[in-house]
Amino acid sequence: MKRAGFDNIWLPVALLLPQLMIIAIFFYWPAGWALQSSFYLQDPFGFGSTFVGGENYTSLVGNDQYKRVAGFTIIYSVLVTFFSLAIALLLAVKADKVIRGAKTYRTLLMWVYAIAPPVAGFMGILFFDQSTGPLTKFFQMFGWDFKLGVDYNATATAMVIVAVWKQIPVNFIFFLSGLQSIPRSVREATMIDNRSATGRFWQVTFPLLAPTAFFLLIINITYALFDTFGIIDALMKGEPGNNPMTLVYKVYLDGFRGNDLGGSSAQSVILMVLVLLLTVFQFRLVERRIHYT
Amino acid sequence: MAQVSLEGIRKVYPNGFQAVQTTSFTIQDGEFVVLVGPSGCGKSTLLRMIAGLEEITEGELKIGDRVVNDVDPADRDIAMVFQNYALYPHMTVRKNIGYGLKNRGTPASEIAAKVEDAARMLNLTEYLDRKPAQLSGGQRQRVAMGRAVVRDPALFLFDEPLSNLDAKLRNQMRIEIKALQRRLGTTAVYVTHDQVEAMTMADRIIVLNAGRIEQIGTPSEIYHNPASTFVASFMGAPPMNLIRAEVDQKQVKINGYDALMVASEAFSGPITMGIRPEDVELDAQGQVKFHVDILEELGAHRLLHGRIDDQPFSVMIGKEDTAHTGETRIKLKPEALRLFDKDTGLRL
Ligand SMILES: Nc1ncnc2c1ncn2[C@@H]1O[C@H](COP(=O)(O)OP(=O)(O)OP(=O)(O)O)[C@@H](O)[C@H]1O
Ligand SMILES: [Mg+2]
Repeated sequence: MKRAGFDNIWLPVALLLPQLMIIAIFFYWPAGWALQSSFYLQDPFGFGSTFVGGENYTSLVGNDQYKRVAGFTIIYSVLVTFFSLAIALLLAVKADKVIRGAKTYRTLLMWVYAIAPPVAGFMGILFFDQSTGPLTKFFQMFGWDFKLGVDYNATATAMVIVAVWKQIPVNFIFFLSGLQSIPRSVREATMIDNRSATGRFWQVTFPLLAPTAFFLLIINITYALFDTFGIIDALMKGEPGNNPMTLVYKVYLDGFRGNDLGGSSAQSVILMVLVLLLTVFQFRLVERRIHYT
Repeated sequence: MAQVSLEGIRKVYPNGFQAVQTTSFTIQDGEFVVLVGPSGCGKSTLLRMIAGLEEITEGELKIGDRVVNDVDPADRDIAMVFQNYALYPHMTVRKNIGYGLKNRGTPASEIAAKVEDAARMLNLTEYLDRKPAQLSGGQRQRVAMGRAVVRDPALFLFDEPLSNLDAKLRNQMRIEIKALQRRLGTTAVYVTHDQVEAMTMADRIIVLNAGRIEQIGTPSEIYHNPASTFVASFMGAPPMNLIRAEVDQKQVKINGYDALMVASEAFSGPITMGIRPEDVELDAQGQVKFHVDILEELGAHRLLHGRIDDQPFSVMIGKEDTAHTGETRIKLKPEALRLFDKDTGLRL
């Protein structure tokens, strides 16, 4: 690793300061505040708070609703991550074969990426509209009376589909550039060494894509956990009722609708720890195993 | 081991560019053939068509008795060594070498033994458990060689395998590859733009120019009897001198000078005359005046670069001979003169 030198210690500090301030103001300060308030019971009407120790955490353990939401979040994240990675990889492999077409292909798919999550959610609502939505009609053809926002499974399905649809372009771009950075001669060498295209993919192409795939795995898990908030909010149309939701959405719901700031803070602290673990895992694995050089 | 024959092979790329014009030749079993030519002349294209990596637009390609136009690269019983080695970065040297065997269903114990053999032959034994990134350029080159020899194919294909190595290593590997090919007796097609490699390694050289074969011949034929001015100036360092001359009453003359040799055929008029720099001698009584501009010291011999009238000309002299810049006289060996058509450049 090359090390750039600074003679004056203050120059790098000054250069870093704006970034550090942004992190401090928008991350460390609220995080610290959340940690603190997770130990208090807030009065719903804003009249002070009482120190309750770890009670906000312990009450989550026994909370059935919290467990149900956690369970859904896991299933949801696994599904979203798996399908958005798998479909994107499939598309990238196909696009890579017709390098010429790849450019238009790429642009077409990037459009979806440019859509903000709430807008994606809104478009999802149109897709799944009860009377005119094409996907609702599609499901009805198979005899499933698809009721978005009313039926638990229908809403869950819509959430997964919209979130996957929204995430595919990012994954596609990364996979495609990963594929295109594999030297042509390496692929040609495999063509001479191995007659089976499937074998070539899993034994050579995929391992060479592994750094990209692993990076995307982390990105996608984070996306499914946190960035799908807008989609979920739009799809349940502000009516949590019987609808599925993720942990992040529950943080918002309990804190801002339920006015239980202490409980909501405790939940967000748990999520922060989760992200921390994910990051540690990422660095460990990437540095140990995935890079070949 | 196999004979390779190309029958009217042509390549047009999808963008309409014709990279190889209709070409036919046969490579004998066990022969080492070098494809040589300037950059962009279609050497790689031709080789890649033989490998099956590039579709053949027209013509018939046979390896052994089998027409392989539509046969998968993996089923052509070939092995190829690439310029940048094309090793699998995530596999150890052992796996890299054994990969092709594994996919052909060779039993694991046999693979292990063959890989060990190949590694011993190429001095790679101690590197077997390293990844390619942990090897030097020369070692990677050997791994690429190992991957080719371990499969014992009918045909070796090389695409400029030494051009990423430094000069010393290149000389060494050149000899090793040639020796290896001799020992295994495997037919080989070797692409290079380096005419020293071509001259030293080839049983036969195919000189390509702009997608067309200029000449096929042994290194000695190519060097001494080039079929065209292109071959004459491409092969040999320094290249053959090519100067304007004239045939008059069966006598070859450069303007103003005496007859240099008797022209065998009955043609007359302007021609291009060629002579290798080593076939010229400094001689105070020589027929031709030569003006020396630069003296190039090469150790074993020296090169004098200068002009005959206004035409560039080079002379090679021994290390004992004295020379100086300025006006001098030279003698051309009559039997070394080669005559070419002034317009087409073809040998007369
Ligand atoms: N895929 C392609 N599409 C169109 N033209 C191509 C393609 N590949 C190569 N060419 C052209 O075909 C000609 C021959 O290419 P080729 O790679 O065979 O040259 P080469 O003799 O191997 O040159 P070098 O010594 O630089 O490797 C070149 O003019 C090149 O521009
Ligand atoms: Mg080439």
